[in-house]
Amino acid sequence: MTLAASDRPDPAAFRRPRLTRSAEGKTALAPAPLEDTAGNAAQRSLLDRRAGRLAINVLAVVAGILIWGLFTTEGMVGLPTPLEVGRQAVVQAKNGLLWSDAAASLARVSSGFLLGIAVAIPIGFLMGWYRLARAVIEPYVQFFRTIPPLAIIPLAIVTLGIEETPKIFVIFLSSFLSSVVATYQGVVNVDKTLINAARVLGAGDFTIFRRVVVPASLPYIMVGVRIGLGSSWATVVAAELIAAQSGLGFRMQQAQLYYDLPTIFVSLISIGVLGLLMDRVVLAIDGFLTAWQEKL
Amino acid sequence: MTAKISFRNVTKTYAVAGQAPFNAIEDFNLDVADGEFVTVVGPSGCGKSTALNVAAGLVRPSSGGITVDGARVEGPGPERGVIFQQYALFPWLTVRQNVEFGLRIAGHRRDERRRIADHFIDLVGLTDFAGALPKTLSGGMKQRCAIARAYAVNPKILLMDEPFGALDALTRVQLQDQLLAMWSRERRTVVFITHDVDEAVYLANRVVVMAARPGRLHRVVDVDLPFPRTEDIRLSAAFAALRNEVWRSVYHPALN
Repeated sequence: MTLAASDRPDPAAFRRPRLTRSAEGKTALAPAPLEDTAGNAAQRSLLDRRAGRLAINVLAVVAGILIWGLFTTEGMVGLPTPLEVGRQAVVQAKNGLLWSDAAASLARVSSGFLLGIAVAIPIGFLMGWYRLARAVIEPYVQFFRTIPPLAIIPLAIVTLGIEETPKIFVIFLSSFLSSVVATYQGVVNVDKTLINAARVLGAGDFTIFRRVVVPASLPYIMVGVRIGLGSSWATVVAAELIAAQSGLGFRMQQAQLYYDLPTIFVSLISIGVLGLLMDRVVLAIDGFLTAWQEKL
Repeated sequence: MTAKISFRNVTKTYAVAGQAPFNAIEDFNLDVADGEFVTVVGPSGCGKSTALNVAAGLVRPSSGGITVDGARVEGPGPERGVIFQQYALFPWLTVRQNVEFGLRIAGHRRDERRRIADHFIDLVGLTDFAGALPKTLSGGMKQRCAIARAYAVNPKILLMDEPFGALDALTRVQLQDQLLAMWSRERRTVVFITHDVDEAVYLANRVVVMAARPGRLHRVVDVDLPFPRTEDIRLSAAFAALRNEVWRSVYHPALN
């Protein structure tokens, strides 16, 4: 068939479907919210807006700090007040300790985590795509997954020295192990109908891998990346508590020796804030890469 | 006219753990002529999807074989387009990118891809949604996109596996008319699987009735209704008679 000959659409043949198009389009493209009742209209309008949700987030945090302040200033709990912690944060920010500690921890997490997912994604694809690779690699992955990465620290220090290498290695291990399984699961779970659809359109193995398997497993991979980031962050702090001369974990460990509770709080909050920020970055990348997904 | 597709003694045996192997389809023979619209109807388990998947090259027969234009089918190929019940659109691609998928593999240049894709998107009435992701489309629109995608690579044969099975009755009737309009314009050989007797009679030149356990061809009913098929034909006595005949063959194969 030559397409040029059929370039003129036959108006009669498709009159009816054209009408349904707009009818279908309306229902498909503008779904009405299910909980649209008069009773919760006000509540919904606030929660429907991004700014509204953010305002509630901020209010909740402020309320939390106020409650913390209330309990600690009355002396009911032997913990520092928000004000003391704030002052200590300013002191540490001014003398640069806060920044150098955060930078040290961040550098370790980033290098270990990025290295981990950079190795995990290709290995995960290999395991998902080739059954031989799966049979060879899977026992190792499953075995090492049962060992907490922190249990590797003594061995890593003995064999890799006391510099950055053992810490980065342990972080690498924890992010690798969580992302590799997710990637491999993603490949195994690719909808077979999509693979068949590509195959009948003439796609070979490489095209199917590149244009179907990789995008279809992305949502799984991103879940693995998020979990990997969480475990990297947990691992770096623990590693610094055990063996480090810098970093937020090290600072806490030092403060513990001097009963310096405000410093411990500053470090803890910094860890939380940095972890949250990194998670948001991954979430934003995930949202961008998997915007095509039908989410509830 | 010579046969476009020939099923010759096709048997597919599946092994089930702990049970005797069973034949999903047994000694299936069928010739489909060039440009013919054949529907296949039968109860679940009659092997109609297996027969279609063998023709698509997605399932290898245990014995027997299929030829297309005299050449033996050894695997999937773009000259045999397949439309799946579950649409099987790539959810990360827009409507246009989905339709261009096969054209890209075939090595068409960018502007050519665009022209061919837009032509078929227009034919199925999705022009306003060319840039939309599948998740924003209704079931009927998704299936129309899948039909455009299958047509775009210019297949000689279209294999359709209960394509309208998941749609509501109204949308289904509309898509039937649209498919027939497309078929009369672009004459391809169509093998269309369905479990809906009305649909089978309305669309076809011939209806193939299959029986279950083991899946096999029961009988073939010629549909001598004129084209284009219209609502008047759907409501005619001749249609009702054919429909009843097919119905009895499907549900009471021992008597008919």
